[in-house]
Amino acid sequence: MYVAVKGGERAIENAHRLLAHERRGDREVPELTLAQIYEQLALGVDRVMAEGSLYDRELAALAIKQARGDLIEAIFLVRAFRATLPRFGATEPVDTGRMQIRRRISSTFKDIPGGQILGPTFDYTHRLLDPQLAEGFVPEVPATGEVSEAEMPRVTDILGRDGLIEPSPQAEPDAPVGDLTREPLSFPADRDLRLQNLARADEGFLLALGYSTQRGYGRNHPFAGEIRFGEVEVEFFAEDAGFAVPLGAIALTECQMVNQFKGSATEAPCFTRGYGLAFGQSERKTMSMALVDRSLRARELGEEVRAPAQDEEFVMSHSDNVQATGFVEHLKLPHYVDFQSELGLLRRLRQEFAEANASEPLQEAAE
Amino acid sequence: MNAPSYNFAYLDEQTKRMIRRAILKAIAIPGYQVPFASREMPMPYGWGTGGVQVTAAILGPDDILKVIDQGSDDTTNAISIRKFFGKTAGVATTTLTMEATVIQTRHRIPEAPLHEGQVLVYQVPIPEPLRFLEPRETETRRMHALAEYGLMHVKLYEDIARFGHIATSYAYPVKVNARYVMDPSPTPKFDNPKMDNCAALQLFGAGREKRIYAIPPYTTVVSLDFEDHPFKPYRFDAPCALCGAENSYLDEIVTDDKGGRMFVCSDTDYCEQRQAEGHRGRESAAPHKERAHV
Amino acid sequence: MTTVAELPPGFSDKVLSAQSTFRSVMDALARPGTVQRIAASAGAPEGMMHGTAAIALMLFDHDTPIWLDGAISTSDAAKWLKFHTGAPIIDHPAMAGFALIGDPKNLPALDRFALGSSEYPDRSTTLILQVDSLSRGTAYELHGPGIDGSTLLTASIEPHDLFDRLAVNATLFPRGIDVVLVDGSSIVAIPRTTRLVHGKN
Repeated sequence: MYVAVKGGERAIENAHRLLAHERRGDREVPELTLAQIYEQLALGVDRVMAEGSLYDRELAALAIKQARGDLIEAIFLVRAFRATLPRFGATEPVDTGRMQIRRRISSTFKDIPGGQILGPTFDYTHRLLDPQLAEGFVPEVPATGEVSEAEMPRVTDILGRDGLIEPSPQAEPDAPVGDLTREPLSFPADRDLRLQNLARADEGFLLALGYSTQRGYGRNHPFAGEIRFGEVEVEFFAEDAGFAVPLGAIALTECQMVNQFKGSATEAPCFTRGYGLAFGQSERKTMSMALVDRSLRARELGEEVRAPAQDEEFVMSHSDNVQATGFVEHLKLPHYVDFQSELGLLRRLRQEFAEANASEPLQEAAE
Repeated sequence: MNAPSYNFAYLDEQTKRMIRRAILKAIAIPGYQVPFASREMPMPYGWGTGGVQVTAAILGPDDILKVIDQGSDDTTNAISIRKFFGKTAGVATTTLTMEATVIQTRHRIPEAPLHEGQVLVYQVPIPEPLRFLEPRETETRRMHALAEYGLMHVKLYEDIARFGHIATSYAYPVKVNARYVMDPSPTPKFDNPKMDNCAALQLFGAGREKRIYAIPPYTTVVSLDFEDHPFKPYRFDAPCALCGAENSYLDEIVTDDKGGRMFVCSDTDYCEQRQAEGHRGRESAAPHKERAHV
Repeated sequence: MTTVAELPPGFSDKVLSAQSTFRSVMDALARPGTVQRIAASAGAPEGMMHGTAAIALMLFDHDTPIWLDGAISTSDAAKWLKFHTGAPIIDHPAMAGFALIGDPKNLPALDRFALGSSEYPDRSTTLILQVDSLSRGTAYELHGPGIDGSTLLTASIEPHDLFDRLAVNATLFPRGIDVVLVDGSSIVAIPRTTRLVHGKN
């Protein structure tokens, strides 16, 4: 007798037990601690926080551990947790002009007020595998200096004083903050929603799109006006207290691109802006984001929309790696029923095709 | 660390209110896709998050839940979703179609006629029936606004010109209440007639695409067709090998690598009910591997 | 003036009361003309019926601008709504997701509410209308989606010409107005697809 396939429940349980076993790996090897992950794999943690839209190093480390190092899976875990958190409101806008700078570079001016600060970077390292790092390496104590009290104005602010770059949109503290996790997206989307989408977007997707603009698919002549990384204070306006309460500091990377100028008969030419911001130290992400932000402003700046990176429906609908992973991987789910439908149709069409071709010579003979 | 704790049926109350408002609008405008702020669920997008959010928003402690995938209660994703609600809402679950008050489904409509006390919740991957003809949301929205569905008819007619048939065998578009063209989700077109004038409320959730839509009970649902090419539901012409049913949708089971195959009901509950009533098919007596399949 | 502490309570059980109230409203909309009961226990401020209060607690929050007519916008009802739901109370009915009508005789013209757009017909106002009775009065024969053939609603409704006014739903569909009638703990929904039989509209 044929018995329909059953026992899926035990199969699932066993699969998950096996997964837990594989995750732990060789039990002779010491288990990873969360502190090891967020201290020593900090950039992975930063990416999970940025694309997971949740600033919590410890939870991000847990997610990475649980996901066996699969960062998109970790981002998904963080997002699913974030979705259950109550939302109390929005913080005051953070002021990156008052960032405690750890790294700050500009490619547009040789020297700037506050100076160029290289900080912790892979730039100019020679990409030679370092066998010393394999075990027991004790790095040198880093060089230190006095904390500078000097102002560190943003390069775009310096350009802005002379009107050489378009003004930054004015903050409207009373305007509601768009949030695509609370409101379904509709097109055309305003820049606040576009930037939120890009901030949550897959780094690889943004990298490829940003790169495509450099190769001519929606070219916008970018200069890295400034990239800064450091800590900013976060404040929340408490209605009960009647004033803004400091919540703590978070690490952010900000990239401001200075792009192709615009101008018209009535408007003096000026550079345009592309903006990138992400949790933690995420330079590749914020630079790509700034390129794509600028190209998505094509409509607003009266440029022809021709390249994928300029097409907001295309970019925003496909940027999210949690959505993309889910839908690509859902092809693993059973599709027997729709496949059966398709199979039935195909068999019928093939049969009709065969019959038609078989009768053709006869027709010819009759003619 | 912020140790996670979860609400009844997982979703927080604010999210449920948002989804409930969308469901009410969806019922009031049959076939119209209501945008909603779909949440990240603890299962991947594309694996039923839309259906799960709709079910979570309607489910109460007195409900009896049935979950099917491909018609079966025992496919892995159906088990996984059923367990999720068993765990987060503590609701009773069943495999009996007649007994369930809420049925969440992927790709099938049960064979047994549904009754007034039931809600059928569909998991939907791509809710927009015009999406494969026009990828832009701004465009498809305009087409729905104007009830401008010519493009869909052209596509179906091109099929006829090329293949002699409408070459859509699942997710076959329907018109609801003589107004909106709607995607029934990837159910085989065999199931389309069951949507028409159905006694149960039908709700559709698309999580990744952030849309909810509905067919109220006793609503006209017509599969798109042409006078000279009327809609015909398709079913493989064989009785079920287990219960002998001649009117159910069938799964094809490949039994060996020499062309051996058999056909059994895709709706496992329907098949089991029939077998319990004494109906038999040709395979229900002997192990299938010992029989020749022609 | 009532202090917050003196306001009537909200739902007795925030989660399960909201769920059972939702199912009543969902069933009402899915089966227009049928009388559904709201069983959940909930406080109600003066001027608001139990059913109205329960629907408000179940559906309203910061994301739903609401409009109150003169009969309901007494300070206590407004305060109660603000405290329990946080919904912004607005002056322009055309911006409201929901409108609470305690004095249906003076119901404003329907075109003063949001009727949605052709692209987004869901962006419309839902009216919650308190009526005299949903068990006696005039018999209305209704048909449309959700109704098996036709159904009979016996009700005493102000304004008397409500169904004539709702004829706008037939003209504008898919734009339109959905109405929930409330009599104590009983509710009946008239979504925009419901029509009177006899070709009255």
